[in-house]
Amino acid sequence: MGERFKPGDLSGFKDSARVRMLSERIYSFYPGGEHKIMEVCGTHTMAIARYGLRGLLPKGLVLLSGPGCPVCVTPASIIDAAIGLAGTKTVSVLTFGDMLSVPGSKSSLEVMRSKGADVRVLYSAYDMLRMADEERNRQFVFISVGFETTTPGTALAVMEVKKRGLENVSFLVANRLVIPAMDALMRLGEVGIEGFLCPGHVSVIIGSDAYRAVSSTHGVPCTVAGFEPVDILLAISDLTEQIKSGRHEVSNCYPRAVRPEGNEAARRTADTVFEECDAEWRGIGTIPLSGLVLRPEYREYDALTRFGIRLLQVEEPPGCRCGDVLKGLILPPECGLFGNRCTPDRPVGPCMVSSEGSCSAYFKYKGI
Amino acid sequence: MCLAIPGKILYKEGDTGKVELGGVTREVGLQLVPESKAGDWVLLHAGFAIQVVDEEEAQATLDLLEEFFKAETEDG
Ligand code: SF4
Repeated sequence: MGERFKPGDLSGFKDSARVRMLSERIYSFYPGGEHKIMEVCGTHTMAIARYGLRGLLPKGLVLLSGPGCPVCVTPASIIDAAIGLAGTKTVSVLTFGDMLSVPGSKSSLEVMRSKGADVRVLYSAYDMLRMADEERNRQFVFISVGFETTTPGTALAVMEVKKRGLENVSFLVANRLVIPAMDALMRLGEVGIEGFLCPGHVSVIIGSDAYRAVSSTHGVPCTVAGFEPVDILLAISDLTEQIKSGRHEVSNCYPRAVRPEGNEAARRTADTVFEECDAEWRGIGTIPLSGLVLRPEYREYDALTRFGIRLLQVEEPPGCRCGDVLKGLILPPECGLFGNRCTPDRPVGPCMVSSEGSCSAYFKYKGI
Repeated sequence: MCLAIPGKILYKEGDTGKVELGGVTREVGLQLVPESKAGDWVLLHAGFAIQVVDEEEAQATLDLLEEFFKAETEDG
């Protein structure tokens, strides 16, 4: 108590006395009955499960996991295209680690790699520059996935590829935007979401003001949250208060990272390279203007064009209810395959693969 | 995959900088935080700093929590 904040030390935001106090505070506001809050971001899903936060909340307060895991919502057709490319001798497929074990319609990149395909995991999109420069006779294809948090860095890599004239690099672009998805879920209306716990690091880029339109159009409170237990409970307490008093405002409970206007330099960078397009979300379907493509000035780096790939519609594995999980219609254990045919070691659907997928978070921390 | 973790800028060199996080140093891109300077804490995501941590705001949040505590003890 009364301590000065030191940036490297987040213990003040993990503190158990504060966690308990916030839990009590939420109970004291709780209007009773059932109320549904959706955490849009997969990293929140993970943190909520890991810290056992559900156990600290009133019974009727349901936390639904939303579509906020870029890996889970990447269409199987993109994975299939990447797998096809990985099967070509002169091509190296570059990806963030999370994508490795995501099932396409028949295989995964991990399986391809075990069979000798050149699939490399990058920490940063910039890592590709050195590889492409050193191995000019190979083609490098980067699977570009991610939300607003990740896109600016990828955009910098695209710009640098062009600047350096690296002709052996291209991008399989499946970047997605969070707000159109929130809007689409509200329009569906099936779920009855009464509040959004908004993704902290997407908000770093887009700013808390970016939620105003969704909030006022649908009359839904939107609260930006960080990722420590205290951050999350503080935001849930704000949402509970808003639900109780019938307000629907945008609040920012993560002001140490999120400004109302976001990060303008980052948005400008993303906007230089990418433009919006209608896009498919795995399990959910097509959402208007929810994805990105390369702008005409950068389209020569588009992998689909370069390799003449047509994306093929893919049927989801029978019984997998990822789509319903991502839309917040069911919780993972309500899927008939959960925990028996589908486990993190043998995932059937994408929500069981990524550590931030709802099914995997539920499985890993079940019973807490 | 949207996690970002705080690290401290040791020094800047053009567009990039050396950042210390959890005892290791890493080279990261600082293009997205042009206003950052050595000594700042930044949030790092996939090799790039995406924001400068606002220490005043962090303190304000902790102070707010303290208010909550006080209110509770008074009520209770
Ligand atoms: S448990 Fe497995 S099969 Fe069921 S929805 Fe989740 S990922 Fe799909």
